[in-house]
Amino acid sequence: MTSMTVVEPGALSTIQDFGRPGQASLGIGRSGACDRGAHRLANALVGNHPTLASIEVTLGGLALRPNEDIVVATSGARCPGVPHLAPFRVPAGETLRLGLPPAGLRTYLAVRGGIDVPPVLGSRATDILSGLGPAVLAAGDVLPVGTSPRPVPGVDVAPVQEPTGDRLLVQVSPGPRRDWFDDEAWSLFTTQVYEVDSQSNRVGVRLTGESLPRLREGELVSEGMVRGAVQMPPSGLPVLFLADHPVTGGYPVIAYVDDLDVDRCAQLRPGQKVRFTTAHLH
Amino acid sequence: MRILPSGTRALLLELDSLEEVLAQYAALLNADLPVLDLVPAGRTILVVGDRDTDLRSLAAQLRTIAPGEHTARSGTPVEVPVRYDGADLADAADLLGCSPEELVRRHQEEEWTVAFCGFAPGFGYLAGSRFHWDTPRRSSPRTRVPAGSLALAGEFTGVYPRESPGGWQLIGHALVEVFDLDREPAALLVPGASVRFVESS
Repeated sequence: MTSMTVVEPGALSTIQDFGRPGQASLGIGRSGACDRGAHRLANALVGNHPTLASIEVTLGGLALRPNEDIVVATSGARCPGVPHLAPFRVPAGETLRLGLPPAGLRTYLAVRGGIDVPPVLGSRATDILSGLGPAVLAAGDVLPVGTSPRPVPGVDVAPVQEPTGDRLLVQVSPGPRRDWFDDEAWSLFTTQVYEVDSQSNRVGVRLTGESLPRLREGELVSEGMVRGAVQMPPSGLPVLFLADHPVTGGYPVIAYVDDLDVDRCAQLRPGQKVRFTTAHLH
Repeated sequence: MRILPSGTRALLLELDSLEEVLAQYAALLNADLPVLDLVPAGRTILVVGDRDTDLRSLAAQLRTIAPGEHTARSGTPVEVPVRYDGADLADAADLLGCSPEELVRRHQEEEWTVAFCGFAPGFGYLAGSRFHWDTPRRSSPRTRVPAGSLALAGEFTGVYPRESPGGWQLIGHALVEVFDLDREPAALLVPGASVRFVESS
């Protein structure tokens, strides 16, 4: 059987797919790839069905060695040392090494046939908040590779916009608790330049900047959220929720990031600048 | 019922009470809506659409759905065998102004309903209807609550599916797993289900 051995896992590499939708009422979050578009593209480049699992690599550093020839492709953050946005072959016994990407945070490595670990509740995604799904990759892990009946598409290089280290402009709309903040606070929220904090992870992007005052004190009865929710804890500094967000939250959600922009936010690196806007970008 | 915005994929229904949430959730489950997920909570229900859902027409559809009957969903209650041997049983009884024996009696006689889940996979927030439950949380939360702990907080009772930190008052432990990945379905307590606790000797 085809498999790959993890030689070095890098800072954080996890198996991901489109997660566990439709189970939030049981307290089970969706999880899955933080940058869904990049995951979908990596699969497409090797002829996989979009639902097969890929590896989400945070800041490069992953090294893998297959026991048989495999076809792989990477998307998302471009790692030096390997071709990007195009399928390529890794011969049996050779080590594939992903370098540190100069821009972007998450690289998706798809292998033809998908990572064939047993699904948990319908998905192979690792949810770092709930602990569901396969463990975070560690050196020595042997990852089974499945098979794909589809042909490898005849593309040379997929033309997509790649993540950059520039300031990111993100489209937002008022969230369910916009009214916990006055117009002045909302204006500060949509004009100031935030910086991505190093405490950010798959749960959410934590932002630092000028604190936003609230109109009301007290607690909110916890309520459901989806990815893209921008929650405002008592600190007045926003948290933008990504794939492993809690199913419900008790702090007011001031805004939602347009779903088309959440993937781009998943590529934000610590220290990078972000500005929210209500202008229509799409 | 108010409909609040929640991004490009979801709408948040806000209601005035937990009772209204349960009734509306029961109606939504039967309404065959074009949605990916319905997430009930204390005062709200999040309605999650998929890529093709038009939120404007979904909102119009949601306004036409009258509340249902929340006890209709599950006729026979789920029976959860428990032992009332929790470390906070005496404290919780004090806080509720009764004896530990009385607390144990009421907890078993109560007709509990799973109002919603959250906090962890399979963690159900169960609300009662016959007795008044309003249990303050512990002033200092535990860093480790054992898996299976039966606990009280606010108007709810619940069973911790796995070891985690927690501030609820521990009154006992369940003898069944409320969340078991090797069982189908994994979650024992789903929103809308009726539940009875039965002391096991």
